[in-house]
Amino acid sequence: MASVLVLINAGLSLIFGLKIHRSLLIAAVRMVVQLTLIGLVLTALFSLVSPLWTGLALFAMILFAGQEIMQRQDRRLSGWWSFGLGTGCMMMSSVLVTVFALLTAIRPSPWYDPRYAIPLLGMILGNCMTGIALGLNTLTTSLMLRRSSVEAQLMLGATRWGAAAPVTRDALRSALMPTINSMSATGLVSLPGMMTGQILSGVPPVEAVKYQILVMFLIAGGTGFGAVAAVLGGVYRLTDARHRVRLDRLAASQAI
Amino acid sequence: MLLRAIADLDPNQGLVSLQGRDRSTIPGPEWRRLVGYVPAEPGWWAETVGEHFGDWTAATAVLAKLGFPEEAQSWPIARLSTGERLRLALVRALIIRPKVLLLDEPTAALDSASVATVEDLIVTRLRAGLAVLWVTHDVGQARRIARRQLAVEAGSVREEID
Repeated sequence: MASVLVLINAGLSLIFGLKIHRSLLIAAVRMVVQLTLIGLVLTALFSLVSPLWTGLALFAMILFAGQEIMQRQDRRLSGWWSFGLGTGCMMMSSVLVTVFALLTAIRPSPWYDPRYAIPLLGMILGNCMTGIALGLNTLTTSLMLRRSSVEAQLMLGATRWGAAAPVTRDALRSALMPTINSMSATGLVSLPGMMTGQILSGVPPVEAVKYQILVMFLIAGGTGFGAVAAVLGGVYRLTDARHRVRLDRLAASQAI
Repeated sequence: MLLRAIADLDPNQGLVSLQGRDRSTIPGPEWRRLVGYVPAEPGWWAETVGEHFGDWTAATAVLAKLGFPEEAQSWPIARLSTGERLRLALVRALIIRPKVLLLDEPTAALDSASVATVEDLIVTRLRAGLAVLWVTHDVGQARRIARRQLAVEAGSVREEID
């Protein structure tokens, strides 16, 4: 029944000549197929409870998220760095935070039970991905725009970290802004999906809220670690041991 | 481009040494404190003039010679003229006390009175032992100040003899 709403949207696009009805319908079909498939995959994983298969599923999720980070860059780093930096930092921080939560707060048995590990990593990964993508994008664009101000400090004998500090600060701020916004708006403006889901399936609201608070902290922690690592890694890559700005280490700009 | 390469801001090839010390043995930041560079379009990273000077009281003595009052500290960078920016950038580089100064047309946007004061300031520093590599299009200026003149023509460098 609810799919009628998407069809109505597509109809509106036709009427107003927005020319998005095609992509809208394709996206809707993709969503249905992907969710159905993941439902089947999760059923299989949950019945297996194998550390190997759970680990592989988590790894695949991280690789997809890393691809997404790369796609969202206006100017990518050249070579392997473009995929490796974002993916590596995201993997480090989200796995660390997930394992930390599984071992201390949630404690399922066994601790790698996919019923907990996969949704938890998924939620942390999604936010971490957005943070890293925004942070790296802000870093490269503002380093390009403000190259002369960074170099002015270098000319006066500043180190690469000192000279890039204003740019680094901007990048970190924009990486963490969505997380801060969602923490402060949650409960007033938006009810988080996980909490809503739990309430719909009959969990008492206070219980659901407790879980949600935990998840919010995990997300904030994971995004923070990941973004700091990725942005500092980006500064490291875009400067060199002689403390020079190396914008030549960005790949040539591509048409979007 | 040559000055940027000497200041080691772009990857470059060739040997540069200062008082017998090869550049590659000196870390980048320390090298740039020894070899100051004032580009034709200096960069600014903060909003007001004062924030760009580590030691404002040391700067005021030199700034006064170039006609800047004490309260210039709170002037916003955005409202400065090109000439003012060039002179401020020159002072900013001088108060670090480099051994060598690389200047890229430091008087290009100045009126003739300011040109004279800037030239005087540099000449005083030259007598005090500063070495200057000064890029200019003004042949007269080169004759007034330089001890050695190099002309760059069609990609090659030749010595001008007075």
